[in-house]
Amino acid sequence: MSQFATIREVRDAVRSGARSAVDVCREVLDRIETQNPRLNAFNTVTRDAALAQAATVDANPARASLPLAGVPVAYKDNLCTRGVRTTASSKILEQFVPPYDATAVARLEAAGAIMVGKANCDEFAMGSSTENSAFGPARNPWDIDRIPGGSSGGSAVAVAAGLAPLALGSDTGGSIRQPAALCGLVGLKPTYGRVSRYGLLAFASSLDQIGPFTRTVEDAAITLNVLAGHDPLDATSAQEAVPDFTASLGASGTSFRIGVPRALVDEGVDSSVSAAFNEALEAYKTAGATLVDITLPYASAAIPVYYLVATAEASSNLARYDGVRYGFRAKPEGGPGAQDDLRTMYGRSRELGFGAEVKRRIMLGTYVLSAGYYDAYYLKAQQVRTLIRRDYEQAFEQVDVVAMPTSPTPAFRIGERVADPLQMYLADVFTVSANLAGLPAISIPCGFTDDRLPIGLQLTGRMFDETTLLAAAHAYERQTAWWKAQPAL
Amino acid sequence: MPATFSRSQIEAIASLAHLRLNEEEIELYARQLGEILEYANQVQNIDTAGVPPTASVAARSGADRSDTVHPSLDRAAVLGNAPDGSLEAGLFKVPRVIG
Repeated sequence: MSQFATIREVRDAVRSGARSAVDVCREVLDRIETQNPRLNAFNTVTRDAALAQAATVDANPARASLPLAGVPVAYKDNLCTRGVRTTASSKILEQFVPPYDATAVARLEAAGAIMVGKANCDEFAMGSSTENSAFGPARNPWDIDRIPGGSSGGSAVAVAAGLAPLALGSDTGGSIRQPAALCGLVGLKPTYGRVSRYGLLAFASSLDQIGPFTRTVEDAAITLNVLAGHDPLDATSAQEAVPDFTASLGASGTSFRIGVPRALVDEGVDSSVSAAFNEALEAYKTAGATLVDITLPYASAAIPVYYLVATAEASSNLARYDGVRYGFRAKPEGGPGAQDDLRTMYGRSRELGFGAEVKRRIMLGTYVLSAGYYDAYYLKAQQVRTLIRRDYEQAFEQVDVVAMPTSPTPAFRIGERVADPLQMYLADVFTVSANLAGLPAISIPCGFTDDRLPIGLQLTGRMFDETTLLAAAHAYERQTAWWKAQPAL
Repeated sequence: MPATFSRSQIEAIASLAHLRLNEEEIELYARQLGEILEYANQVQNIDTAGVPPTASVAARSGADRSDTVHPSLDRAAVLGNAPDGSLEAGLFKVPRVIG
């Protein structure tokens, strides 16, 4: 079995007895040991627990028949894993060991998946490059001098480099789709509420959603089948019925109506990305899809709206990291024997525990929520958010999915944008509106630059219509071979 | 709407956020917050008269549940994560608040 085997291939091999789960797991762990010093995809590797877990799959025929039997999985390090350090790539949680599993983690484990480690990410999922990690940047396996995207960069690197056929990430403004695009993978952000967020360290609660990185659309559907569904532990998780997302793949033909917001995608996009995007649209047309010009008049305001809403929510969510219940507490300023007062302890713990981008967003969010500015910034942003939602509602009266590039550029060089946060924020220009509107969206491989850097195509679907979204993505994938390409390691 | 921040404004925001900043950070954030907000100010040009705000896109409230007692997290495991937890007392300890 190739090191770039799909979830389905791994699972079927384990199910049929062609491979033991322990063998598969050991191979993956050995590759991680070889490759991780170079790629920095993992903050923590759970070798012993993984092998023990895999042995239970081999020993128990009932477990070996599960939908993810023996499938190694990497979890973004902001998903709580019982007994395994969960850091959010932050110094403030460097020693945090959760006493419970995130629901997404528990569901995958119950479906037979084997955790091999915790994946590097931007600190508290804030960033688009994985450079904002207290453990150093993750590196893109297609060119290790470049970023893998972010914030779920380590998860993307793990799958792209064959260190796991499946990884979970979280997507608040593009943090699954953008790294998937930049690493040549499938990345799915389900509808807001489709997947329980219990045990996901909260960044912006009205935007956060958990989803998979996989090599194929079918693998994403297999994983969503396991992840989706109501969870009483997450009040925002939806009661919607969960269909079999694999059932419609290839079954509904290729006559999709695809909306293209021309005014938006013709501006500020790298020429190699534009070329690949337009070729993908042609491929859809050739296959029988109808392209429809649409307008999303308020989408150009999505970045400012996003950074006002997300930072406001983050400043509130991150108030909990204060050195009292968990995480880092700064030692008293005056040395041994001295005692800080409570406010000084809070302030110093947060000063030393948080990195620069997290502080910047807490500051911005605190400001936009503060008296006198709330209406002008936060309320205004929420009103424009309504207009962005309405844009999509109108578009979906005419089309089944909306197509855009995932990222306006291919992977940039490590260090290139760190000094200019605004430039970094613009990496999310095509991805944030799906979060603001709550819609499901997927990135799929659609080509390469001349330098052999992957390019992603993004499709956005109707609320809770992952079925059509995945079917449309699958229809394109089956006509192309981009997804089969692998980086030289 | 200020597009630049004074030192005292940055200090006031940091104080609200329980965040201590060093000299370099105060200068850096004064400049960067100004730049980011100047960019974000484009939302001011959008006519939102009569438009309701979107605070959540949750499909519908699934939050109602029966008010019954469930086991919670294990106290020792939870206190084990605290920088200064007292298992005997079942409490998180903080620096003295009242002199």
